[in-house]
Amino acid sequence: MAIAAIDVGNILVWAIWIGAAGALLASGLAVVLFSSPFYSTLALIMNLASVAVLYLLLAAEFVAAAQVLVYAGAVVIMFVFVIGYLGYRAEAPWAGGPPLQTVAAIAAVGAIAAEVVVVIGLKAAGRLTTSAEISGAFGSPQEIGRLFLEDHLLAFEVTSIVLLVAAVGGIILGASLPSEQRAEAPQDAER
Amino acid sequence: MMGPGIAAYVVVSALLFAIAAFGVLMRRSPLIILLSLEVMLNAGNLALIAFSRHWGDGDGQIFAFAVMAVAASEAVVGLGLIVAVSRLHGDLDVDKLASLRG
Repeated sequence: MAIAAIDVGNILVWAIWIGAAGALLASGLAVVLFSSPFYSTLALIMNLASVAVLYLLLAAEFVAAAQVLVYAGAVVIMFVFVIGYLGYRAEAPWAGGPPLQTVAAIAAVGAIAAEVVVVIGLKAAGRLTTSAEISGAFGSPQEIGRLFLEDHLLAFEVTSIVLLVAAVGGIILGASLPSEQRAEAPQDAER
Repeated sequence: MMGPGIAAYVVVSALLFAIAAFGVLMRRSPLIILLSLEVMLNAGNLALIAFSRHWGDGDGQIFAFAVMAVAASEAVVGLGLIVAVSRLHGDLDVDKLASLRG
């Protein structure tokens, strides 16, 4: 009876994993292939949601929650605002460059993917079969907080400085242009 | 650990990274290049979290948080640049942005 229950759980996890991984790859493709940036942003939300499901399966509950909050709550909203602000200017032709560039891009990404898959298949799969046993506290907010404030305090503080600098940089970039640059702008646009 | 092993997660992460890298290389809209970059960072995060689970060590999750903060910063600066460029040029096509060319 207990064995049967474990099997049902395993099948359920497999089903969720296949659904989430399929949605992840499909929405990743959709981000790249949609011609409108707005639809790409919507696909990015799907991408973030399905990667959060995979995080949950990997016992990283707090990262999954933070992922949804930070990305779906902040980054995606920012993208949507900028796309709304740019309006028709946000639309761009699908792809560019001569066919040689297309072939080179496909070859490059194929090489990246093939390399990882081959390395995993030939060398690493034997070492990746049995994962460490973890306690229920693994990935919980307490555990993450303890790691941040005890083992990785410097990383924590540097992260806050990076965010502060990015916020200041965003404001400076978004602020209105100085008057001399504004005078040059129309001439710049004609070029 | 129930479900697929860590290798399956890493392979999915590599495929996602490759798909997004294709977007960064091919697309001409800077907005979609930024979105694809976010997906690339997500793929890296997925590998970090998978290896963190594999070794039973929370450090990978701390790394993932750092990557998330960098991704948010990158989106802020990137979108600020895109807005500034669109104000100057009115045209958002990375192939036509040649202001820095000598």
